[in-house]
Amino acid sequence: MKIFIEKEQKNEIIFFEGKAKDLLKKLKIDVNTVLVVQNGELITEDDIIKDKDEIKILSVISGG
Amino acid sequence: MKCKQCNEKAVFLNPKLCKKHFIEDFENRVKETIKEFNLVKKSDKIVVACSGGKDSTTILYLLKKFGANVEALSIDEGIVGYHNKTLKDLKGFCKEYKIKLKIYSFEDNIGKKLDNMIDKKSLPCTICGTFRRSLMNKYAKGYDKIATGHNMDDESQAVLMNLVNSNTDLLNHSVPITKKLKGFVQKIKPLYFIPEKEVAAYSLLKGFNVNFTECPYVNLSFRQGIRDKLNSYATRQMKTNILRKHLQVLSVLELNKQDYGKCSICGQPSKNKICRACELAKNLNKTKGRTNQ
Repeated sequence: MKIFIEKEQKNEIIFFEGKAKDLLKKLKIDVNTVLVVQNGELITEDDIIKDKDEIKILSVISGG
Repeated sequence: MKCKQCNEKAVFLNPKLCKKHFIEDFENRVKETIKEFNLVKKSDKIVVACSGGKDSTTILYLLKKFGANVEALSIDEGIVGYHNKTLKDLKGFCKEYKIKLKIYSFEDNIGKKLDNMIDKKSLPCTICGTFRRSLMNKYAKGYDKIATGHNMDDESQAVLMNLVNSNTDLLNHSVPITKKLKGFVQKIKPLYFIPEKEVAAYSLLKGFNVNFTECPYVNLSFRQGIRDKLNSYATRQMKTNILRKHLQVLSVLELNKQDYGKCSICGQPSKNKICRACELAKNLNKTKGRTNQ
């Protein structure tokens, strides 16, 4: 799965299938601080991600 | 997972709503805050303090959509790799929505970019916040209100920060609308009860071209520690409770009744002979005072 983590401006390829919240847990990212975008669409933390998906993890904390 | 109001797929969990209903619900809640605290009068000329980030862009868009007379004002602090991106977005947004935008910089007004003011001893957020607030108030002269994009997370963090620092004066700033004080343009915060994550979701769903960029100095801020702690235990309801109780306490205490005089250098309101911004500017080895009004 292709994944882009905006806060770190980092692209990664990892294997993952499961709920978005479990992906965030695996990546040690606080669910309150990000939005998850699956193939260009905003999804909830309970939605299922498949390994073929393209995922963006967008930081909700802008500014200082 | 379905939207609680229709059969479409939910894009958000709390509230569990699809794109259309999330946008409607969000806009209604902003309207409720505006109504509850009487933030906007029909005759008001409002300037929105804009960084080009999601919060200020959202409030600029919504006030315009709700029919308010709005313009945009931005302060360029001079932070390389941060504000140049967000300012570009802001210019594009204002052009698209035909909103007048004015930009003023630290460099032109204080003589230095923020990046060049920082040394090992100084906290960038203190310097930045002091100058930004002072310039914002100066250039908002002639407007009835300054609208800012402060959201529920910003405000609940600010309440805790000021309690921890025993900064009772600043507790008065964490309100949906500031009191009328001589020399100050009133500030309004229509996103006061909207969580940061919802503002981010709204701006994404609306397709606003904004960078979700963190300030490079964020790790040096006191706020960062408070934000992490608060996010680790406080739910959305708890943050709402912090703000509702804070407003109740403020209404009883009626803090900060002291009148402000004028700073002898710049003419901005100040409790001391010289305001905090001019004190800071002097300490930054500037030979002249800041530009007089």
